[in-house]
Amino acid sequence: MKRRLFLLAGTAGLLTLAACEQEPKPHYNGLDLTGGDYKPDFKLSGPDGRVYTLADFKGKYVMVFFGFTQCPDVCPTALSRAVEIRQKLGLDADKLQVIFISIDPERDTPALLGEYMRAFDPSFLGLRTDPQNTAQTAFNYKVFYRRVPSGSSYTMDHTAISYVIDPEGRMRLGLKHTLTGDECVQDIKTLMKSKYTL
Amino acid sequence: MTYLKTLLATALTVLSFSAIAQNTVKVTDAWVRATVPQQKATGAFMQITAPKNMRLLEVRSTVAGVAEIHEMSTVDNMMRMRQVKEVPLPAGKAVELQPGGYHVMLLELKNQVKAGDKIPLTLVVEGEDKHRETIEVTAVARPLGSAAMSH
Repeated sequence: MKRRLFLLAGTAGLLTLAACEQEPKPHYNGLDLTGGDYKPDFKLSGPDGRVYTLADFKGKYVMVFFGFTQCPDVCPTALSRAVEIRQKLGLDADKLQVIFISIDPERDTPALLGEYMRAFDPSFLGLRTDPQNTAQTAFNYKVFYRRVPSGSSYTMDHTAISYVIDPEGRMRLGLKHTLTGDECVQDIKTLMKSKYTL
Repeated sequence: MTYLKTLLATALTVLSFSAIAQNTVKVTDAWVRATVPQQKATGAFMQITAPKNMRLLEVRSTVAGVAEIHEMSTVDNMMRMRQVKEVPLPAGKAVELQPGGYHVMLLELKNQVKAGDKIPLTLVVEGEDKHRETIEVTAVARPLGSAAMSH
């Protein structure tokens, strides 16, 4: 009888150990997109004429925002927040690559995107491609955008979420436009510490 | 004593309010977001207080081929921007043209807007009596990378 109890206790201990291997799901201020149906890979051109894919950033966290440079408000705000996030990440800043994907490739020339990113942070990368590949890439991120005629020209409606991809190229977080820089930093730090992958 | 102070403060507030009310439309904190070369559009922001019920109908600027009044909204994480015909300016209320809401779009920019540049803006407002007036405003360009929540 005594022996049996001992065995039971041993089994319980093992079970506890097994449960510890997968960490509990961390809490985020943003959307936890871990395991979601996203295809974060891309093939886009940089201002230097180089073609970039997500694999080029393996080993880094990548924060992606879709926008356009004629945007008066949301896009510069999202990029300013990205500057703040990198500043507040301190020593971890170099682990985060910020990428801006144009949903208005007609007006966003490679040179313009290059200048625009430099105005925020020279490490930010502004990428573009042809309209068809733009649509496919946005679709893979579940990003919506639409061209809307406005007065003499046109403007763009678009999803205003910054996506965070982990160093293995997996989609992990959706940081809404309403989150503060501090809330984003908190999420990214949590993600960097978390071993939870699904 | 405290009572007297309160009374005095109230009196002063009323006085200063009536001082504003006598004046015309007040525009404060006008700024434009700087651009990079080749960028053809940017936003202008400010705070407008009208002495009586008025509407902002039009904005013009010599630095832009076209200026439009837009309203931004975010619904279901989707950013939308729409041109509006007018912005209501209720009497005595400070109406914000700021990131996240109403703003002026300066399109077909003639030159790059550099941080510190003084940008002339002409606002056209109309009262309920259909009387129109124009207000000249000088907006200062803030760096492109400056956070939207700078005030």
